[in-house]
Amino acid sequence: MTDFSRLGVAAIRDGVANGEFKAVEVAEALNARVAAAKALNAFIVETPEMAVAAAQAVDADRAAGKPLGKMAGVPIGMKDLFCTEGVQTTAASHMLEGFVPTYESTVSANLWKAGAGMLGKLNLDQFAMGSSNETSYFGNVISPWRRNNGDNAALAPGGSSGGSSSAIAARLCPAATGTDTGGSIRQPAAFVGISGIKPTYGRCSRWGVVAFASSLDQAGPMARDVRDCAIMLEAMAGFDPKDSTSLDLPVPAWEAALNSDLKGKRIGIPREYRLDGIDEDIAKMWDNGIAWLKDAGAEIVDISLPHTKYALPAYYIIAPAEASSNLARYDGVRFGLRDLPEGAGLQDMYAATRAAGFGEEVRRRIMIGTYVLSAGFYDAYYTQAQKVRALIARDFENAWASCDLILAPTAPSAAFGLGEKNADPLSMYLNDVFAVPASLAGLPAMSVPGGLDKQGLPLGLQIIGKALDEQAVLNAGLAIEQRSGFTAEAGEWW
Amino acid sequence: MSVDKDTVNKIARLSRIAISDAEADKMVGELNGILAWVEQLGEVDVTGVEPMTAVIPNKLRLRDDVVTDGDVRDKVLANAPAREGSFFGVPKVIE
Repeated sequence: MTDFSRLGVAAIRDGVANGEFKAVEVAEALNARVAAAKALNAFIVETPEMAVAAAQAVDADRAAGKPLGKMAGVPIGMKDLFCTEGVQTTAASHMLEGFVPTYESTVSANLWKAGAGMLGKLNLDQFAMGSSNETSYFGNVISPWRRNNGDNAALAPGGSSGGSSSAIAARLCPAATGTDTGGSIRQPAAFVGISGIKPTYGRCSRWGVVAFASSLDQAGPMARDVRDCAIMLEAMAGFDPKDSTSLDLPVPAWEAALNSDLKGKRIGIPREYRLDGIDEDIAKMWDNGIAWLKDAGAEIVDISLPHTKYALPAYYIIAPAEASSNLARYDGVRFGLRDLPEGAGLQDMYAATRAAGFGEEVRRRIMIGTYVLSAGFYDAYYTQAQKVRALIARDFENAWASCDLILAPTAPSAAFGLGEKNADPLSMYLNDVFAVPASLAGLPAMSVPGGLDKQGLPLGLQIIGKALDEQAVLNAGLAIEQRSGFTAEAGEWW
Repeated sequence: MSVDKDTVNKIARLSRIAISDAEADKMVGELNGILAWVEQLGEVDVTGVEPMTAVIPNKLRLRDDVVTDGDVRDKVLANAPAREGSFFGVPKVIE
Protein backbone atom coordinates (compact mmCIF):
# COMPACT_ATOMS: atom_id res chain seq x y z
CA MET A 1 0.00 0.00 0.00
CA THR A 2 1.22 3.47 -0.84
CA ASP A 3 2.51 5.52 2.07
CA PHE A 4 0.84 8.78 1.09
CA SER A 5 2.92 10.78 3.57
CA ARG A 6 5.94 10.12 1.35
CA LEU A 7 4.35 11.68 -1.74
CA GLY A 8 4.84 15.29 -2.71
CA VAL A 9 2.50 17.63 -4.54
CA ALA A 10 3.44 16.43 -8.05
CA ALA A 11 3.23 12.76 -7.09
CA ILE A 12 -0.21 13.12 -5.50
CA ARG A 13 -1.54 15.24 -8.36
CA ASP A 14 -0.24 12.78 -10.98
CA GLY A 15 -1.34 9.69 -9.05
CA VAL A 16 -4.86 11.03 -8.70
CA ALA A 17 -4.99 12.15 -12.34
CA ASN A 18 -3.74 8.74 -13.55
CA GLY A 19 -6.16 6.83 -11.34
CA GLU A 20 -3.42 5.11 -9.31
CA PHE A 21 -5.27 6.07 -6.14
CA LYS A 22 -8.21 8.18 -5.08
CA ALA A 23 -7.84 11.67 -3.70
CA VAL A 24 -9.97 10.60 -0.73
CA GLU A 25 -7.42 7.94 0.22
CA VAL A 26 -4.72 10.59 0.37
CA ALA A 27 -6.86 12.97 2.42
CA GLU A 28 -7.80 10.27 4.92
CA ALA A 29 -4.20 9.10 5.32
CA LEU A 30 -2.94 12.63 5.96
CA ASN A 31 -5.86 13.48 8.26
CA ALA A 32 -4.77 10.54 10.38
CA ARG A 33 -1.16 11.75 10.45
CA VAL A 34 -2.25 15.24 11.46
CA ALA A 35 -4.41 13.83 14.25
CA ALA A 36 -1.52 11.71 15.55
CA ALA A 37 1.02 14.56 15.65
CA LYS A 38 -0.44 16.76 18.38
CA ALA A 39 2.93 16.84 20.16
CA LEU A 40 4.27 19.13 17.42
CA ASN A 41 1.44 21.66 17.99
CA ALA A 42 1.67 22.56 14.30
CA PHE A 43 -2.08 23.05 13.82
CA ILE A 44 -4.36 25.46 15.63
CA VAL A 45 -7.48 24.01 14.01
CA GLU A 46 -7.82 20.70 12.17
CA THR A 47 -10.35 20.45 9.35
CA PRO A 48 -10.38 16.78 8.32
CA GLU A 49 -13.89 17.01 6.90
CA MET A 50 -12.85 19.81 4.54
CA ALA A 51 -9.87 17.80 3.28
CA VAL A 52 -12.18 14.87 2.57
CA ALA A 53 -14.86 17.02 0.92
CA ALA A 54 -12.33 18.63 -1.43
CA ALA A 55 -10.92 15.20 -2.28
CA GLN A 56 -14.38 13.78 -2.98
CA ALA A 57 -15.06 16.66 -5.35
CA VAL A 58 -11.81 15.92 -7.22
CA ASP A 59 -12.60 12.20 -7.42
CA ALA A 60 -16.08 13.01 -8.73
CA ASP A 61 -14.67 15.39 -11.33
CA ARG A 62 -12.22 12.77 -12.50
CA ALA A 63 -14.93 10.13 -12.71
CA ALA A 64 -17.00 12.55 -14.77
CA GLY A 65 -14.07 13.19 -17.09
CA LYS A 66 -13.81 16.85 -16.15
CA PRO A 67 -10.44 18.62 -16.35
CA LEU A 68 -8.54 18.66 -13.03
CA GLY A 69 -6.77 21.65 -11.48
CA LYS A 70 -3.04 22.15 -10.86
CA MET A 71 -3.34 20.94 -7.27
CA ALA A 72 -6.17 18.44 -7.73
CA GLY A 73 -6.33 16.01 -4.84
CA VAL A 74 -3.47 17.57 -2.87
CA PRO A 75 -4.28 18.18 0.81
CA ILE A 76 -2.35 21.11 2.24
CA GLY A 77 -1.92 23.06 5.45
CA MET A 78 -3.04 26.70 5.52
CA LYS A 79 -1.07 29.16 7.63
CA ASP A 80 -3.54 30.68 10.08
CA LEU A 81 -2.88 34.14 8.69
CA PHE A 82 -5.10 33.48 5.65
CA CYS A 83 -8.79 34.17 6.19
CA THR A 84 -10.84 31.06 5.52
CA GLU A 85 -14.58 31.37 5.27
CA GLY A 86 -16.33 29.61 8.13
CA VAL A 87 -13.08 28.45 9.75
CA GLN A 88 -11.53 30.30 12.68
CA THR A 89 -8.65 32.55 11.66
CA THR A 90 -6.52 33.83 14.56
CA ALA A 91 -3.08 34.97 13.34
CA ALA A 92 -2.11 32.95 16.45
CA SER A 93 -3.41 35.76 18.65
CA HIS A 94 -5.83 35.96 21.54
CA MET A 95 -7.16 39.10 19.82
CA LEU A 96 -8.65 37.03 17.00
CA GLU A 97 -9.49 33.89 18.97
CA GLY A 98 -12.94 32.85 17.81
CA PHE A 99 -12.87 35.11 14.74
CA VAL A 100 -14.62 33.27 11.91
CA PRO A 101 -14.23 35.11 8.59
CA THR A 102 -17.23 35.48 6.35
CA TYR A 103 -14.97 35.59 3.31
CA GLU A 104 -12.04 33.68 1.80
CA SER A 105 -8.58 35.10 1.10
CA THR A 106 -7.70 35.26 -2.60
CA VAL A 107 -4.69 32.96 -2.24
CA SER A 108 -6.60 30.25 -0.39
CA ALA A 109 -9.53 30.59 -2.82
CA ASN A 110 -7.09 30.13 -5.72
CA LEU A 111 -5.76 26.97 -4.11
CA TRP A 112 -9.22 25.47 -3.55
CA LYS A 113 -10.13 26.35 -7.15
CA ALA A 114 -7.01 24.44 -8.24
CA GLY A 115 -8.31 21.35 -6.43
CA ALA A 116 -6.34 21.49 -3.19
CA GLY A 117 -8.02 20.59 0.11
CA MET A 118 -7.44 21.94 3.61
CA LEU A 119 -6.10 19.72 6.42
CA GLY A 120 -6.23 22.57 8.91
CA LYS A 121 -4.97 25.98 9.98
CA LEU A 122 -1.29 26.10 10.87
CA ASN A 123 0.22 27.70 13.93
CA LEU A 124 2.60 30.66 13.52
CA ASP A 125 4.22 33.47 15.41
CA GLN A 126 1.55 35.86 16.61
CA PHE A 127 0.61 38.23 13.76
CA ALA A 128 3.63 36.71 11.96
CA MET A 129 5.98 38.56 14.33
CA GLY A 130 8.77 36.24 15.37
CA SER A 131 11.49 33.94 14.11
CA SER A 132 10.98 30.90 16.32
CA ASN A 133 7.23 30.36 16.66
CA GLU A 134 7.44 31.19 20.35
CA THR A 135 5.08 34.18 20.22
CA SER A 136 1.92 32.21 19.35
CA TYR A 137 -0.94 32.53 21.83
CA PHE A 138 -1.64 28.86 21.11
CA GLY A 139 1.74 27.60 22.30
CA ASN A 140 5.10 26.88 20.70
CA VAL A 141 5.35 24.76 17.61
CA ILE A 142 8.00 22.06 18.03
CA SER A 143 10.33 21.13 15.20
CA PRO A 144 10.35 17.42 14.36
CA TRP A 145 14.16 17.66 14.26
CA ARG A 146 16.43 16.90 17.19
CA ARG A 147 20.15 17.35 17.67
CA ASN A 148 22.31 14.25 17.26
CA ASN A 149 23.73 14.54 20.80
CA GLY A 150 20.79 12.74 22.35
CA ASP A 151 19.68 15.73 24.44
CA ASN A 152 16.17 15.62 22.90
CA ALA A 153 15.86 19.38 23.40
CA ALA A 154 12.80 20.90 21.75
CA LEU A 155 14.00 22.95 18.76
CA ALA A 156 12.42 25.94 17.04
CA PRO A 157 10.84 25.21 13.65
CA GLY A 158 11.68 28.81 12.65
CA GLY A 159 9.18 31.56 12.20
CA SER A 160 6.89 32.98 11.51
CA SER A 161 5.67 30.10 9.29
CA GLY A 162 6.71 27.54 11.91
CA GLY A 163 3.56 25.44 11.86
CA SER A 164 3.97 25.15 8.09
CA SER A 165 7.61 24.10 8.27
CA SER A 166 7.10 21.64 11.12
CA ALA A 167 4.08 19.98 9.46
CA ILE A 168 5.82 19.55 6.10
CA ALA A 169 9.06 18.23 7.61
CA ALA A 170 7.05 15.79 9.73
CA ARG A 171 5.22 14.68 6.55
CA LEU A 172 1.80 15.66 7.91
CA CYS A 173 1.20 17.48 4.62
CA PRO A 174 3.10 17.64 1.33
CA ALA A 175 2.96 21.42 1.20
CA ALA A 176 1.62 24.45 3.02
CA THR A 177 1.18 28.16 2.54
CA GLY A 178 3.59 30.55 4.17
CA THR A 179 3.94 34.29 4.28
CA ASP A 180 7.21 36.16 4.28
CA THR A 181 7.66 39.69 5.61
CA GLY A 182 11.34 39.50 6.56
CA GLY A 183 12.21 35.83 6.04
CA SER A 184 9.15 34.03 7.43
CA ILE A 185 9.05 31.46 4.60
CA ARG A 186 12.77 31.01 4.00
CA GLN A 187 14.12 30.80 7.56
CA PRO A 188 11.62 28.15 8.77
CA ALA A 189 12.18 26.18 5.54
CA ALA A 190 15.93 26.25 6.22
CA PHE A 191 15.46 25.18 9.86
CA VAL A 192 13.63 21.97 8.95
CA GLY A 193 15.29 20.97 5.66
CA ILE A 194 12.53 21.82 3.19
CA SER A 195 12.09 24.32 0.34
CA GLY A 196 10.13 27.55 0.24
CA ILE A 197 9.90 30.52 -2.08
CA LYS A 198 8.86 34.09 -1.50
CA PRO A 199 7.88 35.41 -4.93
CA THR A 200 8.28 38.97 -6.18
CA TYR A 201 6.22 41.43 -4.15
CA GLY A 202 2.80 41.65 -5.81
CA ARG A 203 2.71 38.14 -7.33
CA CYS A 204 0.35 36.77 -4.69
CA SER A 205 -2.62 38.78 -3.56
CA ARG A 206 -2.57 40.08 0.01
CA TRP A 207 -6.37 40.28 0.08
CA GLY A 208 -7.72 38.35 3.06
CA VAL A 209 -4.27 37.83 4.60
CA VAL A 210 -4.06 39.30 8.10
CA ALA A 211 -1.78 42.30 7.54
CA PHE A 212 1.55 42.76 9.32
CA ALA A 213 3.70 45.12 7.19
CA SER A 214 1.91 45.69 3.93
CA SER A 215 4.88 46.88 1.84
CA LEU A 216 6.73 43.66 2.70
CA ASP A 217 4.09 40.94 3.21
CA GLN A 218 4.11 38.31 0.48
CA ALA A 219 2.62 34.82 0.42
CA GLY A 220 4.42 31.82 -1.00
CA PRO A 221 4.53 28.01 -0.96
CA MET A 222 6.56 25.68 1.25
CA ALA A 223 7.09 22.05 0.24
CA ARG A 224 9.64 19.25 0.25
CA ASP A 225 11.09 19.94 -3.20
CA VAL A 226 11.51 22.66 -5.79
CA ARG A 227 9.04 21.26 -8.32
CA ASP A 228 6.31 21.15 -5.68
CA CYS A 229 7.00 24.80 -4.83
CA ALA A 230 6.72 25.73 -8.52
CA ILE A 231 3.38 23.94 -8.88
CA MET A 232 1.90 25.49 -5.78
CA LEU A 233 3.16 28.98 -6.54
CA GLU A 234 1.42 28.79 -9.93
CA ALA A 235 -1.82 27.96 -8.14
CA MET A 236 -1.42 30.76 -5.56
CA ALA A 237 -0.26 33.64 -7.76
CA GLY A 238 -2.21 35.89 -10.08
CA PHE A 239 -3.64 39.35 -10.50
CA ASP A 240 -6.29 40.39 -8.00
CA PRO A 241 -8.09 43.73 -8.39
CA LYS A 242 -8.86 43.60 -4.64
CA ASP A 243 -5.18 44.18 -3.76
CA SER A 244 -3.94 47.56 -4.97
CA THR A 245 -0.35 46.31 -5.11
CA SER A 246 -1.18 43.12 -7.01
CA LEU A 247 0.81 42.84 -10.25
CA ASP A 248 -1.38 42.73 -13.36
CA LEU A 249 0.73 40.10 -15.10
CA PRO A 250 0.05 36.58 -16.34
CA VAL A 251 1.29 33.72 -14.13
CA PRO A 252 4.23 32.00 -15.87
CA ALA A 253 4.23 28.21 -16.31
CA TRP A 254 7.04 27.81 -13.78
CA GLU A 255 6.77 24.04 -13.44
CA ALA A 256 6.85 23.34 -17.18
CA ALA A 257 9.88 25.59 -17.65
CA LEU A 258 11.97 24.07 -14.82
CA ASN A 259 15.50 23.52 -16.11
CA SER A 260 18.57 22.93 -13.97
CA ASP A 261 21.05 23.65 -16.76
CA LEU A 262 22.52 26.98 -15.64
CA LYS A 263 24.86 27.60 -18.61
CA GLY A 264 25.14 31.33 -19.22
CA LYS A 265 23.87 32.24 -15.73
CA ARG A 266 26.12 34.33 -13.50
CA ILE A 267 25.78 33.76 -9.76
CA GLY A 268 26.78 36.63 -7.49
CA ILE A 269 28.38 35.88 -4.12
CA PRO A 270 27.89 38.97 -1.92
CA ARG A 271 31.02 39.58 0.13
CA GLU A 272 29.10 41.49 2.80
CA TYR A 273 27.20 38.32 3.72
CA ARG A 274 30.44 36.66 4.81
CA LEU A 275 30.13 38.04 8.32
CA ASP A 276 33.00 37.99 10.78
CA GLY A 277 32.67 34.90 12.90
CA ILE A 278 30.36 33.14 10.43
CA ASP A 279 29.49 29.61 11.57
CA GLU A 280 31.96 27.25 9.91
CA ASP A 281 29.27 24.73 8.92
CA ILE A 282 27.34 27.57 7.26
CA ALA A 283 30.48 28.71 5.42
CA LYS A 284 31.16 25.16 4.25
CA MET A 285 27.59 24.70 3.02
CA TRP A 286 27.83 27.99 1.15
CA ASP A 287 31.04 26.79 -0.56
CA ASN A 288 29.30 23.54 -1.48
CA GLY A 289 26.44 25.54 -2.98
CA ILE A 290 28.89 27.52 -5.08
CA ALA A 291 30.48 24.29 -6.33
CA TRP A 292 27.08 22.77 -7.19
CA LEU A 293 25.99 25.82 -9.19
CA LYS A 294 29.35 25.85 -11.01
CA ASP A 295 28.83 22.18 -11.80
CA ALA A 296 25.41 23.10 -13.25
CA GLY A 297 27.14 25.40 -15.71
CA ALA A 298 26.90 28.75 -13.93
CA GLU A 299 29.67 31.28 -13.68
CA ILE A 300 30.47 32.52 -10.17
CA VAL A 301 31.17 36.23 -9.64
CA ASP A 302 32.12 38.19 -6.56
CA ILE A 303 29.67 41.04 -5.89
CA SER A 304 29.17 43.77 -3.33
CA LEU A 305 25.90 44.84 -1.66
CA PRO A 306 27.41 47.68 0.39
CA HIS A 307 24.34 48.60 2.47
CA THR A 308 23.67 45.06 3.71
CA LYS A 309 24.47 45.83 7.37
CA TYR A 310 21.77 48.51 7.42
CA ALA A 311 19.01 46.25 6.13
CA LEU A 312 18.07 44.80 9.50
CA PRO A 313 17.86 48.10 11.41
CA ALA A 314 15.87 49.63 8.52
CA TYR A 315 13.52 46.65 8.60
CA TYR A 316 13.00 47.02 12.35
CA ILE A 317 11.79 50.57 11.79
CA ILE A 318 9.69 50.00 8.66
CA ALA A 319 7.98 46.77 9.68
CA PRO A 320 6.90 47.96 13.17
CA ALA A 321 5.78 51.30 11.70
CA GLU A 322 3.51 49.56 9.24
CA ALA A 323 2.39 47.11 11.91
CA SER A 324 1.40 49.88 14.32
CA SER A 325 -0.79 51.32 11.59
CA ASN A 326 -2.24 47.99 10.38
CA LEU A 327 -2.98 46.71 13.88
CA ALA A 328 -4.86 49.88 14.82
CA ARG A 329 -7.93 48.09 13.47
CA TYR A 330 -8.11 45.84 16.54
CA ASP A 331 -10.25 48.09 18.69
CA GLY A 332 -12.74 45.72 20.29
CA VAL A 333 -15.60 47.18 18.25
CA ARG A 334 -15.97 45.42 14.92
CA PHE A 335 -14.42 41.98 15.41
CA GLY A 336 -12.07 40.14 17.70
CA LEU A 337 -11.64 40.44 21.43
CA ARG A 338 -13.33 43.12 23.53
CA ASP A 339 -12.21 43.81 27.09
CA LEU A 340 -14.59 46.27 28.72
CA PRO A 341 -13.67 46.83 32.37
CA GLU A 342 -16.58 47.69 34.68
CA GLY A 343 -17.59 51.31 34.10
CA ALA A 344 -14.98 51.90 31.40
CA GLY A 345 -15.44 54.35 28.53
CA LEU A 346 -14.46 53.91 24.91
CA GLN A 347 -10.78 54.91 25.29
CA ASP A 348 -10.32 52.60 28.27
CA MET A 349 -11.95 49.82 26.33
CA TYR A 350 -9.50 50.25 23.46
CA ALA A 351 -6.51 50.22 25.81
CA ALA A 352 -7.74 47.25 27.86
CA THR A 353 -8.69 45.26 24.75
CA ARG A 354 -5.33 45.80 23.10
CA ALA A 355 -3.38 45.03 26.28
CA ALA A 356 -5.28 41.77 26.72
CA GLY A 357 -5.42 40.75 23.05
CA PHE A 358 -1.84 41.33 21.90
CA GLY A 359 1.12 39.29 23.09
CA GLU A 360 4.32 40.85 24.37
CA GLU A 361 6.23 40.91 21.07
CA VAL A 362 3.24 42.39 19.21
CA ARG A 363 2.83 45.12 21.84
CA ARG A 364 6.55 45.87 21.66
CA ARG A 365 6.47 46.26 17.88
CA ILE A 366 3.35 48.40 17.91
CA MET A 367 4.99 50.71 20.43
CA ILE A 368 8.25 50.95 18.46
CA GLY A 369 6.22 51.67 15.33
CA THR A 370 4.13 54.30 17.10
CA TYR A 371 7.30 55.96 18.41
CA VAL A 372 9.13 56.12 15.05
CA LEU A 373 6.03 57.57 13.39
CA SER A 374 5.32 60.11 16.11
CA ALA A 375 5.69 63.87 15.68
CA GLY A 376 9.32 64.96 15.92
CA PHE A 377 10.78 61.50 15.22
CA TYR A 378 9.19 60.60 11.89
CA ASP A 379 11.96 62.03 9.69
CA ALA A 380 14.84 60.87 11.87
CA TYR A 381 13.60 57.28 11.95
CA TYR A 382 10.97 56.44 9.37
CA THR A 383 12.00 58.68 6.46
CA GLN A 384 15.65 57.80 7.03
CA ALA A 385 14.79 54.07 7.01
CA GLN A 386 12.85 54.42 3.76
CA LYS A 387 15.83 56.20 2.19
CA VAL A 388 18.15 53.43 3.33
CA ARG A 389 15.66 50.96 1.93
CA ALA A 390 15.96 52.70 -1.46
CA LEU A 391 19.76 52.31 -1.23
CA ILE A 392 19.42 48.61 -0.42
CA ALA A 393 17.21 48.14 -3.48
CA ARG A 394 19.76 50.09 -5.52
CA ASP A 395 22.54 47.77 -4.31
CA PHE A 396 20.66 44.87 -5.90
CA GLU A 397 20.02 46.86 -9.09
CA ASN A 398 23.75 47.55 -9.37
CA ALA A 399 24.56 43.90 -8.69
CA TRP A 400 22.36 42.76 -11.58
CA ALA A 401 24.81 44.46 -13.93
CA SER A 402 27.26 41.67 -13.21
CA CYS A 403 25.10 38.72 -12.13
CA ASP A 404 21.68 37.09 -12.69
CA LEU A 405 21.17 35.46 -9.29
CA ILE A 406 22.66 35.72 -5.82
CA LEU A 407 23.60 32.78 -3.59
CA ALA A 408 23.88 33.15 0.19
CA PRO A 409 23.00 31.24 3.33
CA THR A 410 19.35 31.55 4.41
CA ALA A 411 20.08 31.99 8.12
CA PRO A 412 23.27 32.49 10.15
CA SER A 413 22.75 29.28 12.14
CA ALA A 414 20.86 26.02 12.29
CA ALA A 415 17.70 25.79 14.38
CA PHE A 416 18.17 26.88 17.98
CA GLY A 417 16.43 25.48 21.02
CA LEU A 418 13.12 26.88 22.20
CA GLY A 419 13.81 29.45 24.90
CA GLU A 420 17.44 29.99 23.87
CA LYS A 421 16.98 33.33 22.18
CA ASN A 422 13.88 34.95 23.60
CA ALA A 423 15.44 36.75 26.56
CA ASP A 424 16.69 39.53 24.30
CA PRO A 425 14.53 40.68 21.38
CA LEU A 426 17.59 41.90 19.47
CA SER A 427 19.35 38.54 19.38
CA MET A 428 16.19 37.04 17.86
CA TYR A 429 15.98 39.83 15.27
CA LEU A 430 19.57 39.13 14.15
CA ASN A 431 18.53 35.70 12.93
CA ASP A 432 16.89 37.40 9.92
CA VAL A 433 20.10 39.11 8.80
CA PHE A 434 20.40 37.27 5.45
CA ALA A 435 16.68 37.14 4.69
CA VAL A 436 15.64 40.75 5.19
CA PRO A 437 17.52 42.53 2.34
CA ALA A 438 15.59 40.67 -0.40
CA SER A 439 12.33 41.46 1.43
CA LEU A 440 13.12 45.16 1.56
CA ALA A 441 13.81 45.10 -2.18
CA GLY A 442 10.68 43.03 -3.00
CA LEU A 443 12.76 40.38 -4.80
CA PRO A 444 11.95 36.69 -5.26
CA ALA A 445 14.03 34.53 -2.93
CA MET A 446 14.04 30.85 -2.11
CA SER A 447 15.55 28.55 0.47
CA VAL A 448 16.55 25.00 -0.41
CA PRO A 449 18.27 22.44 1.83
CA GLY A 450 22.08 22.71 1.68
CA GLY A 451 23.16 20.00 4.08
CA LEU A 452 23.42 19.19 7.77
CA ASP A 453 25.61 20.81 10.40
CA LYS A 454 27.69 19.03 13.04
CA GLN A 455 24.64 18.71 15.27
CA GLY A 456 22.82 16.85 12.49
CA LEU A 457 20.48 19.77 11.83
CA PRO A 458 19.48 21.09 8.37
CA LEU A 459 20.93 24.27 6.88
CA GLY A 460 19.44 26.27 4.02
CA LEU A 461 20.90 27.90 0.93
CA GLN A 462 19.18 31.03 -0.30
CA ILE A 463 18.84 32.09 -3.93
CA ILE A 464 17.79 35.68 -4.64
CA GLY A 465 16.65 36.68 -8.13
CA LYS A 466 15.70 39.72 -10.14
CA ALA A 467 12.17 41.04 -9.80
CA LEU A 468 9.72 38.74 -11.64
CA ASP A 469 12.41 36.15 -12.36
CA GLU A 470 11.08 33.38 -10.13
CA GLN A 471 11.96 30.96 -12.92
CA ALA A 472 15.70 31.52 -12.58
CA VAL A 473 15.41 31.21 -8.80
CA LEU A 474 13.52 27.91 -9.08
CA ASN A 475 15.95 26.60 -11.70
CA ALA A 476 18.97 27.31 -9.51
CA GLY A 477 17.12 25.74 -6.58
CA LEU A 478 16.56 22.63 -8.69
CA ALA A 479 20.24 22.52 -9.69
CA ILE A 480 21.21 22.57 -6.00
CA GLU A 481 18.58 19.99 -5.10
CA GLN A 482 19.89 17.59 -7.76
CA ARG A 483 23.45 17.87 -6.46
CA SER A 484 23.13 18.22 -2.70
CA GLY A 485 21.88 14.69 -2.17
CA PHE A 486 19.82 15.96 0.76
CA THR A 487 17.63 13.10 1.94
CA ALA A 488 17.90 13.50 5.70
CA GLU A 489 14.67 13.60 7.65
CA ALA A 490 13.63 13.89 11.24
CA GLY A 491 13.08 10.70 13.21
CA GLU A 492 9.42 10.14 14.07
CA TRP A 493 9.46 10.59 17.86
CA TRP A 494 6.08 12.27 18.28
CA MET B 1 17.81 59.51 21.20
CA SER B 2 16.53 57.52 24.13
CA VAL B 3 13.21 57.17 25.88
CA ASP B 4 12.35 57.56 29.54
CA LYS B 5 9.40 56.18 31.44
CA ASP B 6 7.21 59.19 30.71
CA THR B 7 7.85 58.76 27.00
CA VAL B 8 7.03 55.05 27.21
CA ASN B 9 3.75 55.88 28.91
CA LYS B 10 3.02 58.43 26.21
CA ILE B 11 3.76 55.93 23.43
CA ALA B 12 1.51 53.39 25.15
CA ARG B 13 -1.26 55.99 25.31
CA LEU B 14 -0.83 56.82 21.60
CA SER B 15 -0.85 53.08 20.84
CA ARG B 16 -4.01 52.61 22.92
CA ILE B 17 -2.36 49.86 24.94
CA ALA B 18 -2.79 49.82 28.71
CA ILE B 19 0.49 49.11 30.49
CA SER B 20 1.31 48.66 34.15
CA ASP B 21 4.08 50.49 35.93
CA ALA B 22 6.27 47.40 35.94
CA GLU B 23 5.69 46.86 32.22
CA ALA B 24 6.64 50.47 31.50
CA ASP B 25 9.88 50.06 33.46
CA LYS B 26 10.77 46.93 31.50
CA MET B 27 9.83 48.57 28.20
CA VAL B 28 12.20 51.52 28.82
CA GLY B 29 15.19 49.17 28.65
CA GLU B 30 13.89 47.16 25.69
CA LEU B 31 12.96 50.16 23.58
CA ASN B 32 16.26 51.88 24.32
CA GLY B 33 18.15 48.74 23.31
CA ILE B 34 16.34 48.57 19.99
CA LEU B 35 16.53 52.33 19.37
CA ALA B 36 20.27 52.43 20.10
CA TRP B 37 20.71 49.67 17.53
CA VAL B 38 18.65 51.31 14.76
CA GLU B 39 20.51 54.56 15.43
CA GLN B 40 23.29 53.29 13.12
CA LEU B 41 21.10 54.23 10.15
CA GLY B 42 22.16 57.80 10.87
CA GLU B 43 25.65 56.95 9.52
CA VAL B 44 24.32 56.33 6.02
CA ASP B 45 24.79 59.15 3.53
CA VAL B 46 21.34 59.58 1.99
CA THR B 47 22.02 62.82 0.18
CA GLY B 48 19.76 63.05 -2.84
CA VAL B 49 18.01 59.73 -2.10
CA GLU B 50 14.22 59.67 -2.26
CA PRO B 51 12.52 57.55 0.41
CA MET B 52 11.16 54.36 -1.10
CA THR B 53 7.41 54.26 -1.60
CA ALA B 54 6.99 51.13 -3.77
CA VAL B 55 9.35 48.17 -4.12
CA ILE B 56 8.08 47.12 -7.52
CA PRO B 57 7.07 49.90 -9.93
CA ASN B 58 3.31 49.71 -10.12
CA LYS B 59 0.56 52.17 -10.97
CA LEU B 60 -2.40 52.59 -8.67
CA ARG B 61 -5.43 51.52 -10.62
CA LEU B 62 -8.73 53.36 -10.55
CA ARG B 63 -11.78 51.19 -10.24
CA ASP B 64 -15.13 51.89 -11.82
CA ASP B 65 -17.12 54.47 -9.91
CA VAL B 66 -19.89 52.14 -8.77
CA VAL B 67 -21.20 51.03 -5.40
CA THR B 68 -19.30 47.91 -4.29
CA ASP B 69 -20.29 47.61 -0.64
CA GLY B 70 -21.48 44.09 -1.38
CA ASP B 71 -24.79 44.42 0.47
CA VAL B 72 -23.46 42.14 3.19
CA ARG B 73 -24.44 43.93 6.40
CA ASP B 74 -24.97 40.78 8.41
CA LYS B 75 -21.64 39.36 7.32
CA VAL B 76 -19.91 42.58 8.36
CA LEU B 77 -21.59 42.43 11.75
CA ALA B 78 -21.17 38.69 12.22
CA ASN B 79 -18.00 38.96 14.34
CA ALA B 80 -18.95 42.07 16.32
CA PRO B 81 -18.31 41.54 20.04
CA ALA B 82 -21.46 43.55 20.92
CA ARG B 83 -23.90 43.89 18.06
CA GLU B 84 -26.93 46.07 18.67
CA GLY B 85 -29.49 45.64 15.94
CA SER B 86 -27.75 46.62 12.74
CA PHE B 87 -25.04 48.57 14.57
CA PHE B 88 -21.76 47.97 16.37
CA GLY B 89 -22.36 48.55 20.06
CA VAL B 90 -19.85 50.63 22.03
CA PRO B 91 -19.81 52.09 25.54
CA LYS B 92 -21.62 55.39 25.88
CA VAL B 93 -19.42 58.18 24.47
CA ILE B 94 -21.61 61.27 24.93
CA GLU B 95 -23.32 62.03 28.22
